[in-house]
Amino acid sequence: MSSLADRPANPVVGLRAPHESAALHVTGAAMYTDDLAAQTAGVLTAWPVQSTNAHARVTVDVAPAYEVSGVVRVLTADDVPGINDAGIKHDEPLFPSEAMFYGHALVWVLGETQEAARLGAEAVQVAYEPLPSCITVREAIAAESYQGIARTVARGDAAAAMVSAPRVFEGVTEFGGQEHFYLETHASLAILDSEGQYFVQCSTQHPSETQEIIAHVLGISSSQVTVQSLRMGGAFGGKEMQPHGFAAIAALGAKLTGRPVRLRLNRTQDITMTGKRHPFHISWKAGFGDDGLIQALEATLTADGGWSLDLSEPVLGRALCHIDNAYWIPNVHAQGRIAKTNKTSQTAFRGFGGPQGVFLIEDILGRVAPVLGIDPAEIRRKNFYRPGQSTPYGQLVKDAGRLEAIWGQLVDESDFAARRAEIAAFNAANPDTKRGLSITPVKFGISFNFAAFNQAGALVHVYKDGSVLINHGGTEMGQGLHTKMLQVAATALGLRLDQVRLAPTRTDKVPNTSATAASSGADLNGGAVKNACEQIRDRMAKVAGRLLGVDERDVRFEGGFITGLGKFDQRLTFAEVANASYLQRVQLWAAGYYRTEGLHWNPDLMQGSPFKYFAYGCAASEVEVDGLTGAYRVRRVDIVHDVGDSLSPMLDIGQIEGAYVQGVGWLTLEELRWDESDGPHRGRLQTQSASTYKLPSFSEMPEEFNVRLFENAREDGAVYGSKAVGEPPFMLAFSAREAIREAVGAFAPVGHSVELGSPATPEAVFWAIEAARTAGSASAAASEATLNRNTADVAAGRSPVGADVPALASTEV
Amino acid sequence: MDEITVTVNGRRRPLQGATAHTTALDWLRDTGLSGSKEGCAEGECGACAMLLASPADDGGTTWTAVNACLMPVASLNGQEVVTAEGLGSPDALHPVQQKLAEAGGSQCGYCTPGFACSMAGEYYRADRVPAAPGEEVCEEHGPNGFDLHALSGNLCRCTGYRPIRDAAYTLGSPDATDELAARRTRPAPRAVPTDFEAGAGRFIRPATLDETLRLLRDEPTALLVAGSTDLGVEVNLRGRRAPLMVAIEQLDELRNLTITDEFVEIGAALPLSDAERRLGDRVPLLAQLFPQFASRLIRNRGTFGGNLGTGSPIGDTPPALLALGARLVLASVDGEREVELADYFTGYRQTVRRADELIRAIRIPLPLARVTAFHKIAKRRFDDISSVAIGFALDIDDGVIAAARIGLGGVAATPLRAYATEAALIGEPWNVSTVRAGSAVLQGEGTPMSDHRASSDYRSLMLGSALLKLYSSTVIESKEVSA
Repeated sequence: MSSLADRPANPVVGLRAPHESAALHVTGAAMYTDDLAAQTAGVLTAWPVQSTNAHARVTVDVAPAYEVSGVVRVLTADDVPGINDAGIKHDEPLFPSEAMFYGHALVWVLGETQEAARLGAEAVQVAYEPLPSCITVREAIAAESYQGIARTVARGDAAAAMVSAPRVFEGVTEFGGQEHFYLETHASLAILDSEGQYFVQCSTQHPSETQEIIAHVLGISSSQVTVQSLRMGGAFGGKEMQPHGFAAIAALGAKLTGRPVRLRLNRTQDITMTGKRHPFHISWKAGFGDDGLIQALEATLTADGGWSLDLSEPVLGRALCHIDNAYWIPNVHAQGRIAKTNKTSQTAFRGFGGPQGVFLIEDILGRVAPVLGIDPAEIRRKNFYRPGQSTPYGQLVKDAGRLEAIWGQLVDESDFAARRAEIAAFNAANPDTKRGLSITPVKFGISFNFAAFNQAGALVHVYKDGSVLINHGGTEMGQGLHTKMLQVAATALGLRLDQVRLAPTRTDKVPNTSATAASSGADLNGGAVKNACEQIRDRMAKVAGRLLGVDERDVRFEGGFITGLGKFDQRLTFAEVANASYLQRVQLWAAGYYRTEGLHWNPDLMQGSPFKYFAYGCAASEVEVDGLTGAYRVRRVDIVHDVGDSLSPMLDIGQIEGAYVQGVGWLTLEELRWDESDGPHRGRLQTQSASTYKLPSFSEMPEEFNVRLFENAREDGAVYGSKAVGEPPFMLAFSAREAIREAVGAFAPVGHSVELGSPATPEAVFWAIEAARTAGSASAAASEATLNRNTADVAAGRSPVGADVPALASTEV
Repeated sequence: MDEITVTVNGRRRPLQGATAHTTALDWLRDTGLSGSKEGCAEGECGACAMLLASPADDGGTTWTAVNACLMPVASLNGQEVVTAEGLGSPDALHPVQQKLAEAGGSQCGYCTPGFACSMAGEYYRADRVPAAPGEEVCEEHGPNGFDLHALSGNLCRCTGYRPIRDAAYTLGSPDATDELAARRTRPAPRAVPTDFEAGAGRFIRPATLDETLRLLRDEPTALLVAGSTDLGVEVNLRGRRAPLMVAIEQLDELRNLTITDEFVEIGAALPLSDAERRLGDRVPLLAQLFPQFASRLIRNRGTFGGNLGTGSPIGDTPPALLALGARLVLASVDGEREVELADYFTGYRQTVRRADELIRAIRIPLPLARVTAFHKIAKRRFDDISSVAIGFALDIDDGVIAAARIGLGGVAATPLRAYATEAALIGEPWNVSTVRAGSAVLQGEGTPMSDHRASSDYRSLMLGSALLKLYSSTVIESKEVSA
């Protein structure tokens, strides 16, 4: 066995490999779960009856559905032989007697066709007995409607440090959630086979948990359920916890009818029923020195968890572990709690609370920098962690020096100083158009906070002909995990990439898997695949050593051939050695296993070393803002990001670019609006389609987009020296938000603190510009009063005119 | 009745199992072609895009990318479509597929077949001309002449689009062996009169305009369908099942584009993309509007007649057409009549069009006003529904505003003419103080409401801003001219 991070000569990892399914993707030949359903005979379609009340006791009469032609069965709570619950916290009844949000699925109709199931669902009669509801997080705070366990991260004495800090600011930071909008909506296809085994194909990031939930709903053991996740059309965290109930519905339908059952949400159902990124409400107080160094931070973070817990507790935990982002904060007291509201149950979404934590500190720095009279770029750099410093939760910041190195490289490569000067000249010459250029860092902890999840398995077969089939516990959602695993296997076995095949992820190949989440897919499964391959390779090396006449330690596997050190005239093919191994009765397959070493975490104290390492990156974004409308464009983006030594550079750059654009979507464009009125549709999601919930399209792509991988970046603690890449670059998008803030600030006199709603839609930016211009046209004192009055509205991205909202501001106190 | 068939990827397929409301997408997937995906079912994401053989200006065929999720499959009777599976196979990739795969243009791959089709439509566009060496490339175009707006109706959640753009911009041109390129030299399939009844509805494609008008007279429930970009959404998202649909988008009388000394006449069922291409810069206000109207995939099917026929207050064409002083030609068995667009809208989704009438054409009087502009305020730069939209058409003689027409959308239950603002401008000098005063009046036009797109205050202020922006753009232009 070689060490985890060492690479052999001429490794396949590190090569620019296209996605293993690229040729299937582009031709439409790649199959997804519901494509399989379309080709399954006799399949029934499931359709939900959704609540039209935000919170109510319900009485459901399903009899009329059976009058509809083609309706086969209506599934209700009475049909559940096991536990009527879709989650692991037992707070999510699969068939509820109390509708907890507008859109909540109450019962499911099975039809011969989708049309029959839909019409059957329309025929079901639901009587509502309304109950009080909380829609906004502010309503929940007022009603003290919370759920789960509140947590606090603390270090030093924040209260005392605040008293002694020369400059103290306080404010409220609020921001919206985000819909995953994976292009493939949730889908499951359940078949009960001839042997009584449930085979459930599911678009899931967490096949093992999907399996467990199906088993507990059906009241059977896990061994009676096999879940396969073929490939997903995007997931982003939205298929980590959310698919289980849908898969259980399909399996229950298959049990009761004996027929295959497909359940595919259409977009409206998906967006109105499934969880999203958590919105947060954060009140904070921050103490600074006159030098711009942050001395103390006090904050109360309220995550809007929606109607049930789902993953809200770990999301909150990660948020609390990322309020420092890249900055040394000596005294911290941050408490977190989870609001219970009558909305979809918010869940994992790329970054998993990390972006919400980072939002706070970046927002604070962006708001206070002008007041302190320090360049925002300078205040950020000044506060960076230095080598040897630790996080508020007590973990040493490994490789902290990379922050400074990456920042410096980016400043040079993006021509930051010269462009800043050009922008200043541009802004001076243009009264109605302003530009901003901002640079922000990210530091993101890699590993699941919950230590037990940091393990993975793999199953590798070498056949007599030398062909290789690998299987691992991770799921493919577009991130290229399977491609990386093929590269890892080819590297470990010394094969060409085309000599290794990969079979779909399923629970009867590798059991007890963790979710493919937390950016950890390649780290964990790569470790397991490498381990399995090396077991086989070491056994084959003994056989090859005998054939080549060298010691097994002198056998080399490379490019599909096996050679002995110094034996220049002799080489064997991998197939020859495989066949020889078989004949000598040497085992040619292996189960691989990996656990991340050295992790520990005490959730009650919120202290420990939960992360194996940190991923670093910096982005510089330039925007142009139209002062008359608030519309903006991202003109240029430069990124330098640390993926360790890349396993697959094209895929990693694809992850960085995609994460950045998705982050910009969250921060500037994507807006979830719920009916907060007391009208008949209270609690209804108003932006429930692609025409009202806008995600970035090609027009939001930066005009110039330069992404570079930080070089010579070996990470000793991960497979072949690489680092996780899925989530960290999402937070590089803060550079765009901060650039908008700087551009808006250019409409105001020097020293004006810009408060920006989130998402910073054109309208939200417009109100921030109005506030900036007001500050410019009035005396400083008068303008501050105006600003205070408008802040809450601006923060919510809405018109401040005529609104009656209490004053909130990030004023210096 | 003859069997209904559709030629898919070169093979004729009968329409088995479909109803009058079955979409082309559902039918394709039912026939085993699952490459086309449903991402949104409302023409926003393009995951279902396919190529439709449609008539080219030269009598040949254009491969037009369209949303399969919005079209009733019955409307494809006798037509020819190509899906991602028909472009190439994993062992023999089409050039657009090759480029997409190499560039890392697919991650999860779910949107990819649709991107491949949109990209192929642009690849085969007959008037796509690569830039000469050293020639300046115009914005949102590649050096190979690829217009990025061809992809404006396709959403990708994974890549951030850069690799897709790179793939598009490095495409070459079809070679001599390319069958789809060769297909362009032969005529597109003709419209096939159709009467298809299955499920809870009936789909009729009449052979002639006269037959259509008689049908409208005799069947009061008949629903006119042109590009189906609006009806398709109703069918998919709101379960609308019209008992009788009458397809009119292939009637010659509704597809003309004629320019006389008095007016520009645009057939009501001419796809917006066709009007965009054929008009070029002839009507500058429309040339500004087109790229901001939905996406290429929608414009390839959507029509002026449809945008006006629904009577929606937030359609993008009414503000522009109001500013242009457009008139509608309404046809029935009793003959034709012309209606001022400003008089056409009577209430929320209500118009003066009778149930037995159809919009045959839109007439834009000539000469055109010399200063025109279209402003659209939305969350997203392209392919979004406007919060407000404003069309301006002014004549400025010797620095004085001689005539003004301003059309507004999104500020009332119907599109509006901004009469008060027009009155405040006419006869005044075109200068800052007039514009500021006019802007103040314009802000008060209509009764905008607050909703998930924008607040009422923002909408009002944007009306005022639009006039300021128009003024500053004319000032910049005149400076450029004098320089």
